[in-house]
Amino acid sequence: MITLTDVYKIYSDGDSEIHALDGISLHVGKGEFVAIVGSSGSGKSTCMNIIGCLDVPTSGTYQLDGTDVSTMHEKELAHIRNQRLGFVFQQYNLIPKLNIVENVELPLLYRGISSSERRKMAMEALDRVGIADRAKKLPAQLSGGQQQRVSIARALAGRPPVILADEPTGALDSRTGREVLDFMKKLNVDGTTVVLITHDNSIAAEIPRVIRIYDGKITSDERREDLL
Amino acid sequence: MNIQQSLRLALKSLASSKMRSFLTMLGIIIGVAAVIIIVSLMSSLTNYVISTFEDMGANLITVNISGRGGNRSVSPEEMQMLALEHPDIIGYISPSLSVRVAAKVGNNNVTLQATGVNEFYDEIKQQTLQAGRSLSFSDVDARSKNCVIGTYLVKELFDGANPLGQTLTVNGFDFTVVGVLEETGNSTASGGDNVLLLPYTTAKQLTGSNVNTYSVSAKTKDTIDATNALLESFLLEKFDSDDYYTLIDQAAIIEELNKLIGMMTTMLVGIAAVSLLVGGIGVMNIMLVSVTERTREIGIRKSLGATPWDILGQFLVEACVTSGIGGLLGIALGMGGGSVIAGLIGIPFTLSVSSILIAFSVSAAIGIGFGFFPARKASRLNPIDALRYD
Repeated sequence: MITLTDVYKIYSDGDSEIHALDGISLHVGKGEFVAIVGSSGSGKSTCMNIIGCLDVPTSGTYQLDGTDVSTMHEKELAHIRNQRLGFVFQQYNLIPKLNIVENVELPLLYRGISSSERRKMAMEALDRVGIADRAKKLPAQLSGGQQQRVSIARALAGRPPVILADEPTGALDSRTGREVLDFMKKLNVDGTTVVLITHDNSIAAEIPRVIRIYDGKITSDERREDLL
Repeated sequence: MNIQQSLRLALKSLASSKMRSFLTMLGIIIGVAAVIIIVSLMSSLTNYVISTFEDMGANLITVNISGRGGNRSVSPEEMQMLALEHPDIIGYISPSLSVRVAAKVGNNNVTLQATGVNEFYDEIKQQTLQAGRSLSFSDVDARSKNCVIGTYLVKELFDGANPLGQTLTVNGFDFTVVGVLEETGNSTASGGDNVLLLPYTTAKQLTGSNVNTYSVSAKTKDTIDATNALLESFLLEKFDSDDYYTLIDQAAIIEELNKLIGMMTTMLVGIAAVSLLVGGIGVMNIMLVSVTERTREIGIRKSLGATPWDILGQFLVEACVTSGIGGLLGIALGMGGGSVIAGLIGIPFTLSVSSILIAFSVSAAIGIGFGFFPARKASRLNPIDALRYD
């Protein structure tokens, strides 16, 4: 599903070069649940941006679902993000002036789906995360946990094969964080490939495959069969 | 994303900050209204001036003869001959002999410019009578002391009473009022109703001077140029030089006035266009602020699959909707304001449809032109940076 081959991301800062990613190769199969763990500055965010098609590698190749996206232009990347990826962010990133269902409809809007079909798909997604009754509320009227569920609904509304979650529990208390994590697990059981970025080892401990990154390099890649 | 969705999104975004949207539009509203008011008022004024001149006789040519010593003037009989020789070109010719007179009835006095004319004068000036009759050929032939007066004199000399058959003293001579002209406008001393018409033969006796001004009408509008040419050649032959007479063509005056008003309109529209430009810069300014404020929203939209084109379209449509609505409000304000001002000035209001079309398309163009730069800025934002923006 996701195959990075010898990926480098190099930022040049005047004379010096910063190797945010220093030769990373990894493969994530269809239906896997992977945590990418690293401290801040380790390169995990850069890795996430590249996997999320928000950025392209300086060198190396990235194949997503059989398509080489490492040399794509902004417009093509936008289409890939729209069709194949769902994002869940730490700060939820809902648009404040749109109501819940309109927020969930956004990726479908950019996919060019008709408004009645859009509404139907968005309501289904909201139903899956259990907050269909709040559809007409504005994000600010919901609690943090509820907002994160909305953003999960938005990520899965277009039924993308991959969901990328960037510290999805980072802004939540431990109880709602747990709910969100359980939900991601359920999504994975339903067949979606989930890549979760975190610095929190207690979360990583619950995920079947953990890839640790330090200084732009993969330091370990462990599978825990008991969690599969 | 299709255009309908973009429009809805833009309206929503404008509605979410009504005060700001209105203030942004205000520049466009004022600019568009100013253009419409100016163009409409100027065209109203033009129509008014032209219709006023046409009332005075659109086919009118005035001949002034300064002469070259006693014998070299043109007599009314010679002029009349010219008219008779060219009946298909010249309509009528009448002397127009100005005499400064003191008119008196009882204790009422008016000093005015009386005009000595013949029986064709009313026809040339296209004026009609309210009561009584025009001066006739026999009045002219017999040098009768009959006169026709305007409504201002009825008011001033006769205190509004029926003047027909009454006596009017002009420079000490008794005249009988035989006709009253139709009121032309405001009955004031400077208006068109302060008129006293005498037979030119009688007027000539009062002053002792020769007739040196003639009013000539062309047969139709199309023979104005031919009439002019005819008079020109006739007078040139008479005086061997064009220094001794002048021809004033009413149509030429109207044309000159039109040109003058046209120039003024262009200048004023130029000034109004500056306010449209300033309004456009206001739109651009607010759109730039809006792009900065909504950087995070742009990042979110991009992460969800919005292409640069989608983002460009969103902001461009928003700018166009802002200036479009501003343009519509400006048109309403321009139409309302224009008719109110025209009412205050006292001229009939003529709405200039072309100015509405132009003002509206200019405001739409401003939306596109000034909205493009901020929209392109938004579309080029890097999604990673935009997502991190606070």
